[in-house]
Amino acid sequence: MISLAGRDILHAWGKFVLTGIGLGLLIGVTLTMAGVYRGMVDDARALLDNSGADLWVVQQDTQGPYAEASSLRDDVVRSVRGLAGVARAANVTYLTMQVRASGGHAAGREVRAMIVGFEPGQPGAPGYLVAGRHVTRSHYEAVVDVRTGFTLGQRIRIRRHDYTVVGLTQRMVSSGGDPMVFIPLKDAQEAQFLKDNDAILNDRARTAANPALNRPGVPGLLEAIQASQAANHNVNTVLVQVQPGVAADSVAAPIRRWKHLEAYTRAQMEEILVAKLIATSAKQIGMFLVILAIVSAAIVAFIIYTMTLGKIREIAVLKLIGTRNRTIAGMILQQALGLGLIGFIVGKVAATFWAPIFPKYVLLEVNDALLGLAAVMVICALASTLAIRAALSVDPAAAIGG
Amino acid sequence: MKAASNWPRRLGLGGLAVLLLAALGFVVMRSGPLAPTRVTVARAQVGSLSPSLFGIGTVEARRSYLIGPTVAGRVSKVLVDVGDTVAASQLLAEMDPVDLDERATALEASVARASSVVAAAQSQQRDAQARSDLAAATARRYVALGAQQFMSAGAVEAKQQEQASADAALAAAGANLAAARQDIQRLAAERAGLRQQRDNVRLLAPAAGVVISRDAEAGSTVVAGQAVLRLIDPASLWIRVRLDQARSGGLAVGLPASIELRSKPGARLSGKVARVEATSDSITEERVALVALDTLPQGLSTGELAEVTLALPATAPAVLLPNPALQRQADQVGVWRIDAGKPVFTPVRTGQTSLDGQVQVLDGLRAGDAVVVYSEKAVTAGSRLQIVDRLAGSPP
Repeated sequence: MISLAGRDILHAWGKFVLTGIGLGLLIGVTLTMAGVYRGMVDDARALLDNSGADLWVVQQDTQGPYAEASSLRDDVVRSVRGLAGVARAANVTYLTMQVRASGGHAAGREVRAMIVGFEPGQPGAPGYLVAGRHVTRSHYEAVVDVRTGFTLGQRIRIRRHDYTVVGLTQRMVSSGGDPMVFIPLKDAQEAQFLKDNDAILNDRARTAANPALNRPGVPGLLEAIQASQAANHNVNTVLVQVQPGVAADSVAAPIRRWKHLEAYTRAQMEEILVAKLIATSAKQIGMFLVILAIVSAAIVAFIIYTMTLGKIREIAVLKLIGTRNRTIAGMILQQALGLGLIGFIVGKVAATFWAPIFPKYVLLEVNDALLGLAAVMVICALASTLAIRAALSVDPAAAIGG
Repeated sequence: MKAASNWPRRLGLGGLAVLLLAALGFVVMRSGPLAPTRVTVARAQVGSLSPSLFGIGTVEARRSYLIGPTVAGRVSKVLVDVGDTVAASQLLAEMDPVDLDERATALEASVARASSVVAAAQSQQRDAQARSDLAAATARRYVALGAQQFMSAGAVEAKQQEQASADAALAAAGANLAAARQDIQRLAAERAGLRQQRDNVRLLAPAAGVVISRDAEAGSTVVAGQAVLRLIDPASLWIRVRLDQARSGGLAVGLPASIELRSKPGARLSGKVARVEATSDSITEERVALVALDTLPQGLSTGELAEVTLALPATAPAVLLPNPALQRQADQVGVWRIDAGKPVFTPVRTGQTSLDGQVQVLDGLRAGDAVVVYSEKAVTAGSRLQIVDRLAGSPP
């Protein structure tokens, strides 16, 4: 038995292929939109994975350090290290700011980045590199994410100091998708809390003008007060790794109770990030995705319907020569499914190729792709029923009529 | 419709289908869970490395002087200004002496008067001596006459008593003279003390140096110990370097240092560790070393930031790896060794590191072992690896 669908496709193959590609690009956009949504959630998870922590110790009554501001004294880490079940603990600071290239091929270019102050070899340090080396000096060296566009050896400016890029890493992003710049903790503390020179001079003058702090009979008092005002010993969070076999919750409980700090486990942190921090923007994307899926489904249905209507004369001829309804319906269904399959493949390939160009991470999940394939096939089948109805109800006389 | 005329179309469509499937296959293999992790691999090599320590410091003066009065008072004049070079024992400033000069005049008068008192005492002593001599002669004569029974015993005893009285009066006059002389000594000492007090309000330079601050002007009142001027010895500038405690192993006096001043980036100065402080800062977790410059550059200012690199002696040959190869799994540090194309986590014990990122591997790895250095994502034991020459962002 000859395949009617194959014959028809061979007959009008250009139209068929172009329709398939157009359909594919539309499906590609839908898949990409799903990828944008997944990427957003994955950015949040990547942030947690990369910090390598089991517990986040932050200021009491805050949901820091990512969702809210949190400030701790940097000697808190010592008391945390002494707790039972703690394997390692380290101070970390986070600060999102514009980082400027101060030398090299792109001097003056600004990148929005999350500055991470870390202690080398401790939780919070970049886990793997794609080029260069880890930080070996205790000051003025940086490891950056490749998304910043900085190259090895480039000088970048953070506040008042220039840092040399010594290493590159990948997929180290903040929950907002900003690439990370890792610098030594002490430098980061200074970058985060040190004021600009004008503010420092104003503060000095203000302190000197206070008669209670600038007493003529007590030499050295003013200098001591001003030195203590300029010093900073704060961090945003303490990252804790628990010993193997110890439940993070059992370590978190004494921190909450006796250290008067807040401690979040990995699950709680993910809840804060995914359900609270990116909730609104994720819902926004999700809403758009739903509408796009509905619109795509409608367009697919209409394309198949109009394609069938375009062949209505040929179908009338088929009916005239006595072709069975089943054969005609099969032809339309096969064509619709074929179109869907071509569309899906084109869409998947297109989405995969243009996903890396997006400024933020686009995660194309296999499950999403399989779900998309099923949805496309179901929509094509449903749409073809509409076309089949139209085809079967056509009058054979139309073949010879006008 | 002839079958023959369909062949080109069939072939065309078939080609398109193959192309699409190939693209899909490529996409599935290159992204998603089936895609291999791209990594670069290096072989462990035996070599020695030159470790160095890195710290930042500020320029300080080894010898600095706070010049101020020892008692509270008012500044009467300040003779030098910031930036002036001063010689040792040069007069820099003076405090108001208040009544010191008047008290000196009074003491001078007292000393003069004491000399007169001495003269009077000497005269009294001579007078007493004369009386004593006369009484002694008279007494001797009476005693002789008494022995020949020409004088009554009572008359002889009366003359002997007169002689004793005259001797006592002479002794008293001698004591008076001594007292008057002691008074002169006392007054002279008081006068010397007052002169020193007068000198003490003159603030002199204890050593040659440069004035770095002028903290009080004429007319202002300062308390004891408060600085009026500050001096430093410009030849004694050195750098107070702070080194991270965790990376300060091997710090010792005499290590050669390479110094980069913030005012002269790119220009390297040489120096040596002159002192390693015995206490380190427990709050900042830093050790403190003082580095002396071999030659002082012109215009060096105190408080300037400097980056200091201290060179340690080269290590004995050992297996070396670049530091991105080191990974941490649970509580172990190790490397991903490539064994028959598969990554195997191998714990290692590391030794010293160099600033250019080389790490000594003391244990756990043999020379020639291939290990993963760079990877585009975290490697796990089940990762499929694709070994490439380099990943993104290599140096230009």
